[in-house]
Amino acid sequence: MSQQTPDTLTGHILEDEVSLDAGELCRACRIRVEHIVVWVDAGVLEPSGGNPEDWRFGGDALARARKALSLERDLGINPAGVALALQLLEEIETLRTRLQALGF
Amino acid sequence: MEYKDYYKTLGVSRQAKPEEIKRAYRKLARKYHPDVSKAADAEARFKEVQEAYAVLKNSEKRQAYDHLGADWKTGQDFRTPPNWAQGSTYRGDPSGAGAGGFSDFFETLFGGGYRSGPRRSYHGRGEDIHAKIQIPLEDTYHGTTRSLALQVPKLDAQGIPRVRKRHLNVHIPPGVRAGQHIRLAGQGGEGLGGGTRGDLYLEVQFMPHNLYRTEGRDVYLDLPITPWEAALGASVKAPTPGGVVDLKIPQNSGTGTKLRLKGRGIPGHPPGSLYVILQIALPPADTDKARAIYRTMREELAFNPRAHMGV
Repeated sequence: MSQQTPDTLTGHILEDEVSLDAGELCRACRIRVEHIVVWVDAGVLEPSGGNPEDWRFGGDALARARKALSLERDLGINPAGVALALQLLEEIETLRTRLQALGF
Repeated sequence: MEYKDYYKTLGVSRQAKPEEIKRAYRKLARKYHPDVSKAADAEARFKEVQEAYAVLKNSEKRQAYDHLGADWKTGQDFRTPPNWAQGSTYRGDPSGAGAGGFSDFFETLFGGGYRSGPRRSYHGRGEDIHAKIQIPLEDTYHGTTRSLALQVPKLDAQGIPRVRKRHLNVHIPPGVRAGQHIRLAGQGGEGLGGGTRGDLYLEVQFMPHNLYRTEGRDVYLDLPITPWEAALGASVKAPTPGGVVDLKIPQNSGTGTKLRLKGRGIPGHPPGSLYVILQIALPPADTDKARAIYRTMREELAFNPRAHMGV
């Protein structure tokens, strides 16, 4: 067991301060860029910019991509299905927080 | 170690055809997938289902597993048979390793891939590590430093991955919200053959709070007030995650009246709002004096809260 004196680390809030290009997103998810292209076509991810080289993804794309990947791998859902599942999951999440705010 | 009945986990018979096994797996995976289910034990259940499927979907592994016999029950004390993996039935395969976090039973029988055969040596960027961090809501108002211990896989001198504990102090940036990620560049897994280190991603969650709820940047607080504060208006003290504030209660407020304190939600550009939801608390009628006052109200105030119901 190795113990090092911890320094205080300062990070960035991914969703607010960071945007990713296709390469960074690939690395973070350990997938190929072709996979990202398929996702963008299916509407799983919505980058700004026209061509894949110019794509910029918001920081929240990473959490979305990781979720998409696990849905694909674990449940065998195709990209269009993943896009639908993510959309529905987001709606459920919003409704759930509303319910909570109402005290249910 | 404990025996695992993989057929039982998937709810199929020992004679089940591969298609049946796949269907059973898919159904349970949809039910317990941690991205889909909010059940507290979903992640653990999902792991069990995945483990069972990892064995039963693969004909070699399934055959080897079947050879253990059908008389075992989940949880029974189990020891690896002496001739295990010596015949041609099954040898650990490195690709089966994606497994991480499966039971000892699985690792002993079907893991072991890392040790069988030379490790590929290549240069590469270290793995990104994802972890969750729970912070009190107050932390995002002021920003603070939290120390955390991470379990990080690290290759030892023989190239065998071992879990190490790493201690980190992390600055929590003010304004961070639940579900967001803090990225710590270069704090992930070590690179191979001189490759750069991966990044560490911390997903932020708020600890459940007994006063506040959050929705995005907005924070909600139920504030009890007295009937006379609600009726006559008042200035009362209210807690907020940023500290106590004086709050003006408008005349004729009622239960459910929502007061918005702009900018008192989670900090940011723009900051969120704090919504105070008023709840009228009735003083108990537990003394003669209190009962007398309630009687006076009954006689002096012509109040029928059910008038709109036509009764």
